[in-house]
Amino acid sequence: MRGFGTQSPLCPREGNGTIEYAGKLLSVFILAPFAGSLIAIFFPSDQRGATAWFAGAIALLCFLIAAGLYPFVTSGGVLRYELAWMPELGLNFTLRMDGFAWLFTVLVTAIGVLVVLYARYYMAAEDPVPRFFALFLAFMGSMLGVVLSGNLILLAVFWELTSIVSFLLIGYWHHNAHARDGARMALTMTGMGGLCMLVGLLIMGRIVGSYDLDVVLASGDTIREHPLYLATLVLILLGALTKSAQFPFHFWLPHAMAAPTPVSAYLHSATMVKAGVFLLVRFWPVMAGTEAWFWIVGLAGLTTLLLGAYFAIFQQDLKGLLAYSTISHLGLITVLLSLGSPLAAVAAVFHIVNHATFKASLFMAAGIIDHETGTRDMRKLGGLIRYMPGTAMLAMVASAAMAGVPLLNGFISKEMFFAEAIETHQANLLDTITPYVATLAGMFAVTYSLRFIHSVFFGKTPDDLPKIPHEPPRWMRAPIEFLVLACLVVGIIPAITIGPFLHTAVVSILGTSTPQYSLSVWHGWNLPLIMSFVALLGGIGLYFLMKNYLATSTEGPPVFRLLHGQRIFERVLVTLSWKWARWLEQRLGTRRLQPQMRFLVFVAIMAGALPLLLNQFELPSLLVRGIDPAFALLWAIGIACAVGAAYQAKFHRLAALVLLGGAGLVTCITFVWLSAPDLAVTQLLVEIVTTVLILLGLRWLPKRIEDTQESELLSLRVRLRRLRDFVLALVAGGGVALIAYTVMTRPMPETIASYFLERAYTEGGGTNVVNVILVDFRGFDTLGEIAVLAIVALTVFALLLRFRPQADSLEAPEQQQVQNAFDDDHPDRAKGDSVAEYLFVPSVIMRWMFPVSGMLAAYFFLRGHDLPGGGFAAGIAMSIGFILQYMSGGTRWVEERLRIHPLRWMSIGILVAAATGIGSWLFGYPFLTSHAQYVTLPIVGKIPLASAIFFDLGVFSLVVGATVLILIALAHQSIRAPRAHARALRAAKEAK
Amino acid sequence: MEIILSAAIGVLTASGVYLLLRPRTYQVIIGLSLLSYAVNLFIFSMGRLRVNAPPILEPGGVGDLSRYTDPVPQALVLTAIVIGFAMTALFLVVLLASRGFTGTDHVDGREQRSE
Repeated sequence: MRGFGTQSPLCPREGNGTIEYAGKLLSVFILAPFAGSLIAIFFPSDQRGATAWFAGAIALLCFLIAAGLYPFVTSGGVLRYELAWMPELGLNFTLRMDGFAWLFTVLVTAIGVLVVLYARYYMAAEDPVPRFFALFLAFMGSMLGVVLSGNLILLAVFWELTSIVSFLLIGYWHHNAHARDGARMALTMTGMGGLCMLVGLLIMGRIVGSYDLDVVLASGDTIREHPLYLATLVLILLGALTKSAQFPFHFWLPHAMAAPTPVSAYLHSATMVKAGVFLLVRFWPVMAGTEAWFWIVGLAGLTTLLLGAYFAIFQQDLKGLLAYSTISHLGLITVLLSLGSPLAAVAAVFHIVNHATFKASLFMAAGIIDHETGTRDMRKLGGLIRYMPGTAMLAMVASAAMAGVPLLNGFISKEMFFAEAIETHQANLLDTITPYVATLAGMFAVTYSLRFIHSVFFGKTPDDLPKIPHEPPRWMRAPIEFLVLACLVVGIIPAITIGPFLHTAVVSILGTSTPQYSLSVWHGWNLPLIMSFVALLGGIGLYFLMKNYLATSTEGPPVFRLLHGQRIFERVLVTLSWKWARWLEQRLGTRRLQPQMRFLVFVAIMAGALPLLLNQFELPSLLVRGIDPAFALLWAIGIACAVGAAYQAKFHRLAALVLLGGAGLVTCITFVWLSAPDLAVTQLLVEIVTTVLILLGLRWLPKRIEDTQESELLSLRVRLRRLRDFVLALVAGGGVALIAYTVMTRPMPETIASYFLERAYTEGGGTNVVNVILVDFRGFDTLGEIAVLAIVALTVFALLLRFRPQADSLEAPEQQQVQNAFDDDHPDRAKGDSVAEYLFVPSVIMRWMFPVSGMLAAYFFLRGHDLPGGGFAAGIAMSIGFILQYMSGGTRWVEERLRIHPLRWMSIGILVAAATGIGSWLFGYPFLTSHAQYVTLPIVGKIPLASAIFFDLGVFSLVVGATVLILIALAHQSIRAPRAHARALRAAKEAK
Repeated sequence: MEIILSAAIGVLTASGVYLLLRPRTYQVIIGLSLLSYAVNLFIFSMGRLRVNAPPILEPGGVGDLSRYTDPVPQALVLTAIVIGFAMTALFLVVLLASRGFTGTDHVDGREQRSE
C-alpha cells in the first residue's frame, strides 16, 4: 500500500483495519455479478420486470460500493485484496483498485445500471430475458475483473472471459445468421488477440520476476530495457488493439452490431472495446515512451482515427455509423496514448469517460428509433422530430458532444487532443502529420454526427415506415436523459464535476509525473480552437455537399466498400481451417485404424529405443539366479495361454477368452508369489467380471467360421502384412522384456517407498500400506480414478441405450434353440422349461452364494486398512454376488425380486468419498486428511476406523454401482433387443 | 525369477501388440487385455521382485523397512486393474455398437477390399 492518507471523513487515519475491510469489499465486485448471473438464469422467462430489477439491483450495489470506496483511492491510494490461489506459481487471486481502476469501475457499473433500465423496455416479450440478464451480469463481472485484476494471469483470465461472454451476448439472437457470424468473428479476433496477450503477459511476468501488478508497475525501466521488450510489446498490443477494434483489426466491431442494442450500448461504448485502451493505459507507465511504442500504437491509432471517421460518413445503418464512430474515437484515444506525454495520457483518460457517456446515449437513442420505427436505415428515416421531439433533443445534444461542439464534454477532450497533436513529441513524419490528420478526422466526425441527426430527425417524413413512430416509454428514455445531462454538466463546468475524479485516476497512473493541466471551456484564442472551428465548419460544409449522394448511396464508403474486411477474414478462415486442413488430411491422414495403430506402435518403439541407443545402453549380463521351477512352469502355462489367445482370437472367440483368463490367472498367482496380496485379490475378482463381461458381448458379434481353403489362398500381400505386424510385435515385446529385465536386475535406488512404509501406520492408521496409500496418502488420485470409473459406467450405459444389434444376432442362441426344440418334441414339457432347468443345481448353489459373497465383501472391506482387501476388492466381490444372481436366475427372475439401483450406488459412492474429503476442511485440515483410531464393534471385534474408511466406503459403493451397471446394461440387451425386434416385425406385418 | 518374469512380460506384450494390429474388433479387445497384463506386471516389477515380503506392517511398529517390498507400484497397479476393467467394458460396448450400426466387426466399420 503506497501513498495512503487523505482528509476524507470516510477514511479514518487509525490503522489498517478499515483498509483491510475495504479491500475485502473488492471481492464483491467479482462475486456479486457472477453469483447474480447464476441466479438470474433461473428466473422464469416471462418475468421481464423481476429479472431486470434483480440485475439492476446488483449493478447498483456494485456502483454504490464503488462510490463508497472512493476515499481510499484518492491521492494515489491503492486497495488490495489477495487470496492465495497457486502461490508457488506466483498466481494469486489479487484484486487491486487504484484511482484509474476506480474510475473504470464506476463507469462500468453506472452505465450498467442505465443499460439494465433501458433493456427492461427494449427487450421484446418473446426474447429469453433471463438469459440476457444472466449474460449481462456475467459480462459486468468479467469486465470488473479485467479492471480490478492485480495479477497478470488473472487479468488474462478475465480478459478471455469478456471475449467469451461478449460472444454469447452478440450472438444473443442466435436464430439470426448475422448475429452468429458477428459473434464468431468477434470471438475469433478478440480471442486470438487475448491469446497473444497472455503470452505477452507471461513474458512480462518473467522479465519482472512477478505477476503481481504492483511489482510490474514499479519495474518500468527493467521492462523497457529488456531484450524481449519488443516481443512483449507486440504481443500485448495485439491483445489491446484487437479488443479495441483498432486498424487492421477493426472490422469485427461493425459486425457485432447484430447484437441487441443494449448490448451494443454497453459493450461497444463503455466496456468491452474500452478494455483494450484500458490495457494501454494500465501498461502506459511501464511500456510507453519508446520509439517502438510510438510507431506501432501511433500508426494503428492514427489510421483508425481517420478511417473510422471516414467510413462512418458512408454508413446507412444507424448502428453502423455509431460503430465506425466508436472505432474512430478509440483510435483517438490510442493516438493520445501513443504520444508518450503525460498530458496526452490525461486527455486519453478524459476522453475514455466522455466517449462512454455520449456514445452509450447515442446507441440507446438509435435503439429507440429502431424500436419505434422498425428500421435503422437512414435512407428510410426522416422528419422524426415531429413524432419524438424529446428523443430528438437528447440525440442532438449527444451527437453534438460526439462532434466536439463547445459546451459539451466531447469538446474539451477533443481540444486537449488537438493541443497534444500540435506538440512535437518525436521528430518524425508521423508526428508531423498528426495535427492535420486530427483536424481532418475532426471534420469527418462533424459530418457523420450531423448526418446522424439531419437524416433521421429532419427532412421529409417518409410514408413507408414499418411502424408509426412515437415517443418511447418514460423510463426507457431516462438513461439517455441522465447521460446527456452528464455530457452537458461536464462540458460546461468540468473542473468541479469530473475534475477531482479525473485527477485521482490520473495520479494513480502518472504518480509524481502528473502534469499541470486545466479543465476549462475557454483557453483563449489558440491553435486548437482554430482547428476545432475549421473542423466544425468544414464538416458542416462537407455534409451539405454530400447530402444528396448519401441519401441514396449504398452502404459503405466508395472504393473501400469493395475491400471488405469481413470477406478477407472469411477467406483466411476458409483457407486455414478448411482448404489447408483438408489438404493435410488427404496427404497425411487415414480413416483406417490399422495404419494408425501401426504408426503408434512404431513411434512407441522408437520413443523407447532412441534414448537407450543414444546413451550407449549396455545389455545387462544374463544371470540365471534363483529360478524356481514351479514359477517357470507357471509362466510356461501363462505364455502358452497368451500366445494361444492371440492365435485363436479371430475364429475361436470363446477359446481365446478362456486362454485370456488363463493368462490372467497366472498373472494373479504371480502377484501372490511376489508379495502383492492386494493385487492378487483384485486381479482375481476383476478377472471374473471381465470374463462375464466379454461373455455377455460375444453373442452380438458376427459368426466367423474358419475356412481352411481360404487360409491356403491368402494373398502374398496379406502374408507380408502379417509378417510385418509380427515383427513389430516381436520388437515391442523384446524391447519391453529387455527393459524390464534390466531394471529388475539392478539394485533398488532410494525411493519414496520408505516414506510410505514409515508413515502408513503412524499417520494413516493402517498396516496395509497399499490400501493406506490409496485411501489416504494418494486419496485425491483415487477420487479421480473412481470418478473415471463412474464416467465410463455411465458412458457404457448411455451407449447401450441406443444399441441396435444386427438382425443376424437377434435369433435366440443356438443352444436355446436346441433346448426349445426339445420342449416342442415332448408334449409333457412347456416351452422354455429346458432353458429354465439348464444347470439347475449350480444355479441353486449360486443363488445361495449371495449372502456368502456379501459376507466376503464385508470381510474384504473391514480388514482392508490393515490386511489385504479394501474398497476396490470388496466392491467387485459384492458386484459378483449380484451378477451370480443374474446368471443363475435370469434377468427377469432377479428383477422381480431384487431392485439394484446401480446409479444410486454410484452417486452415493462418489458423494461419500468427496464428503469425506471435504469433512477434513471442517476440522481445518487440507482436503482428504485422514484421522485414524481403532474401535471395537460387537462380534466383529477390533477394527481400524480411520476416517479414510468412509472414503473407502465411497470407493466400495461406487465400484459396486459401476460394475453392476455395466454388466446389467449389457445383459439387458438380450431381453430388450429381441423384444424391440419382434415389435418392429409385428408393426411391419400390420403395415402390410 | 527376473528372467522368467521379463520373458513373460515380453510375450504378453508381443501377443497384445500383434492383436492390436489385427482387423477384427474382438482381436483388438483381447490384445488390449493382454497388453494391460503386460503393463501391470511391468509397473509392478519396477518395485523389484520379493518373495514373502508383502507391504503389510507388523502390528505395533514398522521395524526394519527392508522386510517389506515397495508398496508404491502395487498401489499404482491396483487402480490400474480396476480402470483396465472399465476400459475393456467401454471398448467392448463401443465395438458392439459399431457392429450394430455398420454390420461388420472390422475395426474401420467397413470391410477392406484387399482383406
